[in-house]
Amino acid sequence: MAKYLLLKHYRGAPAAVNDVPMDRWTPEEISAHMQYMNDFAAGLEKTGEFVDGQALAPEGAWVRYDGEGRPPVTDGPFAETKDLIAGWMIIDVDSYERAVELAGELSAAPGAGGKPIHEWLEVRPFLTAPPTITE
Amino acid sequence: MDEALLRSLTPSVLGILVRRGADFAAAEDAVQEALVEALRVWPAGRPRDAKGWLVTVAWHKFLDVTRADASRRRREDRVDEEPPPGPAPTVDDTLQLYFLCAHPSLTPSSAVALTLRAVGGLTTRQISRAYLVPEATMAQRISRAKRTASGVRLDRPGDVATVLRVLYLVFNEGYSGDVDLAAEAIRLTRQLAAAIDHPEVAGLLALMLLHHARRAARTAPDGSLVPLAEQDRGRWDTVSIAEGVGILQAALARDRLGEFQAQAAIAALHADAPTTEETDWVQIVEWYDELARLTDSPVVRLNRAVAVGEADGPRAGLAALAALDASLPRHTAVAAYLHERDGDPATAARLYAEAARKAPDLSERDHLTRQAARLNARRRH
Repeated sequence: MAKYLLLKHYRGAPAAVNDVPMDRWTPEEISAHMQYMNDFAAGLEKTGEFVDGQALAPEGAWVRYDGEGRPPVTDGPFAETKDLIAGWMIIDVDSYERAVELAGELSAAPGAGGKPIHEWLEVRPFLTAPPTITE
Repeated sequence: MDEALLRSLTPSVLGILVRRGADFAAAEDAVQEALVEALRVWPAGRPRDAKGWLVTVAWHKFLDVTRADASRRRREDRVDEEPPPGPAPTVDDTLQLYFLCAHPSLTPSSAVALTLRAVGGLTTRQISRAYLVPEATMAQRISRAKRTASGVRLDRPGDVATVLRVLYLVFNEGYSGDVDLAAEAIRLTRQLAAAIDHPEVAGLLALMLLHHARRAARTAPDGSLVPLAEQDRGRWDTVSIAEGVGILQAALARDRLGEFQAQAAIAALHADAPTTEETDWVQIVEWYDELARLTDSPVVRLNRAVAVGEADGPRAGLAALAALDASLPRHTAVAAYLHERDGDPATAARLYAEAARKAPDLSERDHLTRQAARLNARRRH
């Protein structure tokens, strides 16, 4: 089994095919979308592949150490140009192919007009712990 | 059933051990072990004196640990020499425990965790699941909190307000994982109300019962948020409402108003109304004025602006809102609502979408996005 992170972006990903902001959908289309997302996560729990899913607020800041005895420096909220993560799902699957298959399924969530969003999702493998048997 | 009984006995058993001279942290561990033992043994036959059984088992667990620890030899001798106490006044023990677990030297998150474990009798695993943190993290948080609490001398009476704040935090966390924190907060507040006669304790209990009564109506089958105005009031729990109103009336009659009684009074006025339109908004505004006087919280003034909008019309609500800091959480959402009521769907839709981007939780974000979508869809037709 290997863990993969499926990353969803507010900004920074290539434009989706059906790229309409959610407040321009109908309420029924929003409901259908939510239902699809809930069913997707529930399905992964049933197949034993779900690990975690979280959403992030768009607001945030850069922070760094500024030397002994000084408070950290902050810079933000983020500039419009920043690549901005909206949330993630972590899955634990048998293969890279399965991770891609699931990301494709997630990207097919319905959006405006009830049609799939075709949203670009980033798929990233976790670095793993070393195996017990190495030779 | 056994678990509910066990958990209701937890604070008094712990109180007795502490009163017998056991260190708080060690006593708390011993009580948890006794609870685990009870869950294992009781199914084969519950002892007639459940509390006595727990005290005996917990005391022996405590002595075992104390004896095993050679460096604590001297303390063990002292404890062993102490005569067994007479029947302890358990109400006071319970109360002391509430004060200890909510002590101001603890951070809010530590006080919450310690209260749930030592007073509520929940296991570390249950608490960690409820707050979605790893069990080891919660174990550390509780153990640090216990060390801090062990150093506290309760020579002065505690401040009920700190206990109420902790219980309010637990209630607001609502429901996640396998523990219903809202129900647990109500149970603990009810237990506190039995231990101390205080109008604000009654006020908080009433507030919780009145809010809890609306729980079934607050979410749609698909999990989305249903605002007060659209809730099916037939699904409100009338038994809880009646109990909450009764408790509140008795508290208010004592004429020692506090913020929880005022909040409960507002919840009671909502509970009393058959529809939003028939709600006594004028009285609700008056209660918000009282609340603002008691707490001077900006959140209260924001909610007051909503009530003013209902009582005196959206223009008056917007005027009240204009006096407040626009960076307040939910300020934009309130503005959107008032603009819609004022017949300006374009501004309302834009503000709802903006409010959705600032929303602090997912269900609120979804709700606000839906409001924007609803208005935008209507404008397209």
